[in-house]
Amino acid sequence: MTALEKIGSPPSRLGGTALYDWDYLVQEDRAHRLIYTDPGIFEAEMTNIFGGTWTYLAHESEIPHDNDFITRRMGLRPLIIVRDSAGKIRALYNRCTHRGTTLCRWDKGNAKSFQCPYHGWNFLNTGRLRGVPWPEGYADDMRDPKYNIAQVPRVESYRGFIFGTLNTDALPLIEHLGPIAPIIDEWLDRNPGGKVAVCEANRFKFKGNWKLAYDNSCDGYHVAYSHRSLLETENRFAGENAKGMAYYRNSPDTQPMYMRYTGRGNHFKDKRPNLEQRPGGLWALESAHPGMEHYEAEFIKRYGDRAFALLDLAGSEPVNINVFPNFSLLGNHIQVFEPIGVGETNAIWYGTMIVDESGRLGDATGDINALRMRTQEGFPNFGEVDDIANFEQIQRGLMAPEDEWVYMHRGLGIPGRVKKHDDGSITAPATDEAFMREHFKEWKRLMKAPANLAIQREP
Amino acid sequence: MNAPATTKAPDPSRSSYYVDDALYRQLIADFSDWQDDARAVADVAVRDEFRRLLEREARLLDQLRYEDWLNMYAAECIYWVPSTPNAGDPRREISVMFDDRRRLEDRVYRLRTGFAWSQAPASRTVRLITNVEVFFATARDDTRMLRSNFLISEFWGDEIRVLTGWAGHRVVRDGDGWKIQVKQVNLIDCDQCIRNPSIIL
Repeated sequence: MTALEKIGSPPSRLGGTALYDWDYLVQEDRAHRLIYTDPGIFEAEMTNIFGGTWTYLAHESEIPHDNDFITRRMGLRPLIIVRDSAGKIRALYNRCTHRGTTLCRWDKGNAKSFQCPYHGWNFLNTGRLRGVPWPEGYADDMRDPKYNIAQVPRVESYRGFIFGTLNTDALPLIEHLGPIAPIIDEWLDRNPGGKVAVCEANRFKFKGNWKLAYDNSCDGYHVAYSHRSLLETENRFAGENAKGMAYYRNSPDTQPMYMRYTGRGNHFKDKRPNLEQRPGGLWALESAHPGMEHYEAEFIKRYGDRAFALLDLAGSEPVNINVFPNFSLLGNHIQVFEPIGVGETNAIWYGTMIVDESGRLGDATGDINALRMRTQEGFPNFGEVDDIANFEQIQRGLMAPEDEWVYMHRGLGIPGRVKKHDDGSITAPATDEAFMREHFKEWKRLMKAPANLAIQREP
Repeated sequence: MNAPATTKAPDPSRSSYYVDDALYRQLIADFSDWQDDARAVADVAVRDEFRRLLEREARLLDQLRYEDWLNMYAAECIYWVPSTPNAGDPRREISVMFDDRRRLEDRVYRLRTGFAWSQAPASRTVRLITNVEVFFATARDDTRMLRSNFLISEFWGDEIRVLTGWAGHRVVRDGDGWKIQVKQVNLIDCDQCIRNPSIIL
């Protein structure tokens, strides 16, 4: 290995002296096992990636009212995502400026202020220190801004999705999203009114590195194998293998679906072209879910010709829209990856329901959402569990020190297979690993970059 | 429940006709404020009968005897693992699991495909069922509500972990015995990240 390049503030455990050769660790066709297993690299990621680029934090529907808060993480930083008393969304460090105690231990709630349970320092939900017990015991001015809660300096939303970064040089969120933004628009705008709300989640933990989940997010190669139990189950009555993701079973690369890399680590798996392009085309693909026959019959009776377009809204949108490093829209879920340690990750599948402020769905909204809850439970229960078992087994396999490489070269070097487009994006057949090769270029760029990170406090 | 009036009800293993708004409303009503001392059944023999039913269910699941286990359930049944401690409205809240008869059979089918990697090899479980209480259901003489605490020791991978919480069963009279109509499983950490939630609880 050659010299370590400066990686912003070096992780303290490395003392700034350890050597990582990022070009050796991540090559065009393969990645070294250490990037999944090395605690020093993980620690560097927690600043250079989760800090150095835009990280998804929360959805605005989770804090709809002033003073609402939820607790989340950005990398390992505990955060309170709050809509402050003036309605501004902030990402406060959940850390008392006195001794470091977390200020809030609840997952969600409504509070105008946070009082430290240890010595009673009290903070407004803007982050400003409101008061401390017996201030006469301090010689200095406790109104000094350094005692106000640290906060993520840049917090921006794109259509309800809240992201944050510590990187003061980062592009505005909309520019960072770039070509993936209109794809997010399509995901939202298929719902009349273009708005969703989070409605609880299927929450998983696995003993593996967070990148195993992101490497999987656009992977069309694993479906026929990792999800074989799902494909067999959802087609146990469908003689022609027509349900769910059955289109992955035979020659998936000849299907019209494709993967597209849109830059900055973001990618998109578009399976929509596989569908019959008609109202009900999506619904026709749905495997068995509780209530579907009842609601279908009821909708046909109530809404006639409109029934199938409405049922499509309960169907699982066949896309994976992935924003590096921790956000994925897939089906109707918002999936979020939370690194916990080098070998431990949370993968949370937030459910969404349609918010029809326009009233265009009339009285159908409640029933569509009821059905949509059941369709969303299908994949986490019968698909994700098997992926996660495989992620854990990758982590286990990567413990072998001498067998060093994982390969991601599917599609590489085959003329005409990977296409570059004028807007800089790249497309390839559905099972191609081009998305992974590309997001690792972004990973490497961030790991090498001398990140200009900052925190902010109220003045 | 709402079977079409015309012919006989469709096969609930093949068609999900009975999960409708009325079912959801009844579920929410039955599983709210039901653990009421005034409705508790004190008779030790009755409690013992239901305790045996719950112990048998636990044993069949430990032994992976899924057909026998499914036979303990009414044809039109619900298996529900809420994702919040107070079990909100399942029409507006994702559940950890929410199965009708067909999806429950899907769950069993999947585990038996041989390709359910999350259960290959299968977990070994031992379940303790305790604190069984029996309550009359409101206005329905043929129905009882059961509350029990459970502790599932699960050996999977290379370690033993514990899944714990309490269950609410709605049972309905069936000849001389009872069938389970609804099982609501309340994991104490239902709103937290769970590692490999792939066994039947």
